Amino acid sequence: MKKLVYAIAFILLWNACKLNSSDNKALPIFGNKEAVTKTVNGKQVTDTLYQTIPAFKFVNQYGDTITDKSLDGKIYVADFFFTTCPNICPVMHRNMLPVYNEFKSHADFRIISHTIDPKYDTVPVLKKYADKMGISGNTWWLLHGQKNDTYTIAKSYLVSLQEKNPQGQYVHDGYFILIDKQKRIRGTYQGTDAKEVEKMTADIKTLMAEPDQKSTK
Amino acid sequence: MKIKLIGIICVVLAAFVISCQSDEQVEFNRYFSAGSAVYQANCQNCHGAKGEGLQGLIPSLTDSVYLKSNKYQLACFVKNGLKGQIKISGKQFEGEMPPNDLSPVEIAQVLTYVTNSFGNKSATITIDQANADLAKCN
Repeated sequence: MKKLVYAIAFILLWNACKLNSSDNKALPIFGNKEAVTKTVNGKQVTDTLYQTIPAFKFVNQYGDTITDKSLDGKIYVADFFFTTCPNICPVMHRNMLPVYNEFKSHADFRIISHTIDPKYDTVPVLKKYADKMGISGNTWWLLHGQKNDTYTIAKSYLVSLQEKNPQGQYVHDGYFILIDKQKRIRGTYQGTDAKEVEKMTADIKTLMAEPDQKSTK
Repeated sequence: MKIKLIGIICVVLAAFVISCQSDEQVEFNRYFSAGSAVYQANCQNCHGAKGEGLQGLIPSLTDSVYLKSNKYQLACFVKNGLKGQIKISGKQFEGEMPPNDLSPVEIAQVLTYVTNSFGNKSATITIDQANADLAKCN
């Protein structure tokens, strides 16, 4: 009898492990979840509503208006920086370059970098920064906007920004946030860590292969 | 007799040279390894782990000719920062490097590290040298 229990326990455990390790490849969905019950065709249906990035409006380095609509049907990575940042930004964007080069030929991929210092980082300053970084085309947008708007949108990416400290520097964390085509948060990566950014590149490929993320051509 | 004497003198001279060299080597190693830590803490974010810089934004530290021809200004560059146009490895850069609050010995260490890494080769930049250079900053 005891042996049988052990055997059953073993089989259950083994199956549980196998389930996890099977090629069940999908990225997690982050942010707040909400269960919504609605009536469809007279039936009660409960759906999980995930946190999404709300509507926004910014201007990119070419002076074009970029809204949430511009990112419809795109997988994208968002981060926050400023061009005169002396500490983490050069590292973040050094690490972002390989991501840009890997995916710049994908029409459904974008990178958006919000400046948190809109006073200094005007559109021409952002354009110059882009030129010096060697980025062109529409894969990587550097976004300028009202400070309030940028700080508000940061919260929906779960990124924290702070005002200038007494030394005149902005404090911000260096996360890269991966957003899917449904505008849900699918990953956060420490942008200053090359290893984490490599993981992000792998995750982007995983995400692109998910059924509801496939290119719509 | 004469040959013996010459032999002894040669041995003594050789011993001197070897011991001097190793003293120098020890001093160099000390500056270099301390400089590596200073570099990681103060320079690497912008200039990169391999001194590669960042595209057209931040110059690399691999231009040996530039480092050599500005040898005596390097300490001032580190201490007071650098502003304006600069040509490194044939590429034009502008912008600003902020001043660094490093002590003269740290400056000497990090300069020894930089001028002997990333394909550069030079002698130890001692604290005396750094102090002498810093005294002449504009």
